[in-house]
Amino acid sequence: MPVEIFKEKYTGKVQEVVLGATKEEGGTRAYTVKLGGSSALPFLQFEGESARPVIAMEVWDIKPNWHECFEPYIGDVWEDPVAWAQKLEQEYGAEVIYLTLKGADPERENPKSADDCAKLVKKILENTKAPLMVEGCGNYEKDNEVLQAVAEAAAGENIALGMAEKDNYRSIAAACMMGKHCIIARSPVDINIMKQLNIMILDMGVPADKIINDPLASGLGYGIEYSYSIMERARYGALVGDKMMAFPIVCLAGQEAWRAKEAVAPDDAGPGWGDQKTRGIMWEAMTAAALIQGGADIVLLRHPEAAKLIKEHIEDLMVPNTY
Amino acid sequence: MGLTGLQIFKLLPKTNCKECGFPTCLAFAMSLASGKANLSQCPYVSDEAKQALEEATAPPMRLIKIGAGEKVLEIGDEQVLFRHDKTFYHPTGIFIEVSDNLSEDELKAKVDEINELVFERVGERYEVDGVAIKNDSGNADTFKKAVETVAGKTDKVLILLTEDPAVMEAAASVVADRKPLLYAATGDNYEQMVEVAKKFQAPLAVRGKNLSDLADLVEKIVGLGYRELVLDSGERQTSKVLADLTQIRRQAIKKRFRPFGYPTITFTTEEDPMKEALQAQVYVSKYGSIVVMKNTSKPALLTLFTWRRNVYTDPQKPIAVQPGIYAIGDVTPDSPVYITTNFSLTFYTVQTEIEATRIPSYLIAFDTDGLSVLTAWAGGKFIGEEIGPWLKESEINQKVNHRKIIIPGGVAAIKGKLEELSGWEVIVGPREASGITAFAKMRLGA
Ligand code: B12
Ligand code: SF4
Repeated sequence: MPVEIFKEKYTGKVQEVVLGATKEEGGTRAYTVKLGGSSALPFLQFEGESARPVIAMEVWDIKPNWHECFEPYIGDVWEDPVAWAQKLEQEYGAEVIYLTLKGADPERENPKSADDCAKLVKKILENTKAPLMVEGCGNYEKDNEVLQAVAEAAAGENIALGMAEKDNYRSIAAACMMGKHCIIARSPVDINIMKQLNIMILDMGVPADKIINDPLASGLGYGIEYSYSIMERARYGALVGDKMMAFPIVCLAGQEAWRAKEAVAPDDAGPGWGDQKTRGIMWEAMTAAALIQGGADIVLLRHPEAAKLIKEHIEDLMVPNTY
Repeated sequence: MGLTGLQIFKLLPKTNCKECGFPTCLAFAMSLASGKANLSQCPYVSDEAKQALEEATAPPMRLIKIGAGEKVLEIGDEQVLFRHDKTFYHPTGIFIEVSDNLSEDELKAKVDEINELVFERVGERYEVDGVAIKNDSGNADTFKKAVETVAGKTDKVLILLTEDPAVMEAAASVVADRKPLLYAATGDNYEQMVEVAKKFQAPLAVRGKNLSDLADLVEKIVGLGYRELVLDSGERQTSKVLADLTQIRRQAIKKRFRPFGYPTITFTTEEDPMKEALQAQVYVSKYGSIVVMKNTSKPALLTLFTWRRNVYTDPQKPIAVQPGIYAIGDVTPDSPVYITTNFSLTFYTVQTEIEATRIPSYLIAFDTDGLSVLTAWAGGKFIGEEIGPWLKESEINQKVNHRKIIIPGGVAAIKGKLEELSGWEVIVGPREASGITAFAKMRLGA
C-alpha cells in the first residue's frame, strides 16, 4: 500500500529580501545573499521551497567584553574591526558581516561620533566582500544620527540597518529609504507588535523586499521556547497568506546564548556540565539550531566553532527530501 | 478521521432505550463524536460495532510504555503538530547505545558513565532515559550476557537491538520483567518478532524500508493482533528523517491514518558529539519520540536536554515556584533580603547566585503568576504598587531587624514607589543574576 504523501497546500510564501549589491547593481559586494523566499515549513522541501538559512557573524566597533575562550580565535583582531571582519569572511565562513556600533553609545566614555561610525562602515566595505548589516548602539537619539550617517556612507551597497523598534522606526526607515537599504525591525517576542511594526514601516514607504524582522529571540534555556513558537506561528502565518508575518527573520543567536550562565561558567561548574569551551560553543550552536528549526532565515553567530557546526548542520538539513 | 455522529449512530442499536443516560441513540452518538460520552455507557452495542467505534474514537497516536516499575518511559499520545496549538506531552526519550562487542568490564564502565550523566540546572534534574544494547557480535550468548550485564548495572529503561528473533528471545527472557523495547520487526522477521513481543508483553519497534513499507508492515502486525508499536521509517539522513517524522505525525493527527498512529524511534549517525547533539535536536524538535545516540559528551548532552525541556514545556503555563520567603543558608535577623519573581527559571537562577555568595540570605519569590522580572514589570505585576503593600505586611518584617531590600537592576525604576509604599530602603542590585557575587562582595562584604 503506497502511502500518499501529505502535502499542505499553502497560498503564501516568505518575502524574499536580497542583501548586498554587486558592481552591476551599484555596489561593491562580491556576492549578494537571498533571505527568505520559502514556500514551505523549515526544511520540508517535499512541499515547497525551503530557503537555506544564512550565517552572519558579529563584529564590534570596540573591543568586545566576551568570554576568554574567544581570544584564540579573534584576540588578534578584536581591536581592529576591519581586520576582524576580514577574518570572519576569509577564515570563519561568515556569509554576512554584522557590525554593532557599541562604541557610539553616549553612556560610554569618549563615545564615537556618527562620523566615526560612517567612516568605519566605509572602511569595512572597502576591505570586505560580504554583504553587511549594521546595528546602532541602542540609544534612540544617537542612533538617529549614527544610522543616517551610515546609510549615506554605504549608499548603493544595500546593507541592512537596525534596530527599528516601535518607538524609533521612523528615522531609521527614512535613512534606509534614502540609501536604498534594508531595515531590521525588532519586536519583543510578540507577533502582534511584529505585524504592527511591519505595517507602520510599509506605510512610511519602505518597500516590502527591504524588510527583515528580528523577533528578539531568547537563548537556550532562557525563554527560547517562546521565540520558537512565535517563529513557527509567523512562518505558518506567512504560508497561509498573512503578508505581515512573511518577512525573513534574523535571530541574534550568539549574543543571547553567551548571556547564559551555562555558556560561561567554568569547567565542571554545575553537576554534569562538562568543560566550559565545548559547553559555550554548544550553547550557542544549539540555540541557533533550534531557532533555525523554528524558521530563522539568517542567524547571527559569535564563536567561529559554533558557526562551523551550524554551517555543516544546515548542509545536512538542505539535502533534498522530496519523495 | 474520527467518525461523525451520524456514522456512529448507524452502528448503535437504535432502540432509544435510554440506558446510556441519553434520550435517544442519536443523542448518545452525537455526544460520543464530540468526546463527551463513553461507549461503555451503552450496554447493547455489538462487538463489531464496539471494535469499529473504539478504533475510531481512539486517540490519534497511541501511548506506548517502555520499562516497568519506577522507570517507565511513556511516549506517543501527542495531539498537535505545533506546541503553540496546545502542548507536547511526552518528551523524547534519550538513549545511549552500547555494543555487545565490549568486554564485560568495558560494558560495566560504559554503563557507569551513562548512569553518571545527570545534569542539574535551574532546580531541575535531567538524566539519560535508557540504554540501547546492540547485538553487533551476531552471537546469541554474547548478546544475552551483555544485556544481563547492563541490566545489572542500571535500572534505566532498556532497548534491545537485534533482528534475529531467536537472539531477541534469549536476551529478552533475562530482562522480561523490565519490559524493554524490542528493536526491530522488519519485513523479514516480523511474524517471529511479534511472537517474541507477545510472549514478553514488550513493546516492539517496527522498521520499514520507507514510509509505504512501514505502513504495510504495521498493518500486518496489527493483523496479528499486536499494537504496542514504535515506528522507524528506516531513514537515517537528517533532512529525510525530518520529512518522514513530519509525515508520520501529520498523517496520524490530521488524517488519522492508523498505521502511523504510534510513537517513533530515531538514531543519530554523526560521530562527533557536538554534531550528534545538533542532529538529535532536529528529532527532539520535530516529532521523534525516542532518539538513540552514541556519545556521552556532557556539554553536548546538557544542551540537548535543555532544549528538550524547553520544547516540552506547556506554553500556557510558565513553570512557577511557590511564592514566599525562602531562607538560603543559616539566616539570622541581620541577613540581607533579596526579592525576585516566582518564575522558576528566574528564581533558581537567582537562588544559585545567592548561594554562591556564601552569605546566608533571604530570597523572596514574589507572586507574579510565574512571569520573569521584566515581563512581570511590563505586565504591572512586579512594580512598587504591588510589592510595596505586600512587603509592608509581610512576615519578613519579623524575620529581620533591618529594612533593606535588594531588587533586580532591570527594574531600578520601581525603587521610588516601592520605598514610599513599604517603608523599606531599596537597594538596586545588578541587572543580571551573575553579577550578584561581585555585588555582594562590594556591598555586603562577602
Ligand atoms: C519569554 C518572555 C515573555 C513570556 C513570559 C514568560 C515568563 N514566564 O515570564 C510572554 C510571552 C508571556 C511575555 C509576555 C510579555 N512580555 Co515578555 N519577554 C520574554 C523574554 C523573551 C524572556 C524573559 C525571560 O524569560 N527572561 C529570563 C529570566 C531569567 O530573566 P529575568 O527574570 O529578568 O531574570 C534575570 C535578571 O532580571 C536577574 N534577576 C532576577 N531576579 C533578580 C533579583 C535580584 C535581587 C537581582 C540582583 C537580579 C535578579 O537575573 C536573571 C538572570 O540574569 C523577554 C526578552 C528577553 N530576551 O529577555 C521579554 C520581555 C521581558 N517582555 C517584554 C514585554 C513588553 C512583554 C509584554 C508586556 C508584552 C509582550 N511584548 O508580549 C507581555 C507581558 C505579560 C503580561 N501579560 O503580564 C519586554 C519588557 C520590556 C521592558 N523592559 O519593559 C521584554 C524585555 C522584551 C523587550 N525587550 O521588549 N514575555
Ligand atoms: S443505551 Fe444504547 S441502545 Fe439504549 S438509547 Fe443509549 S445508545 Fe441507544
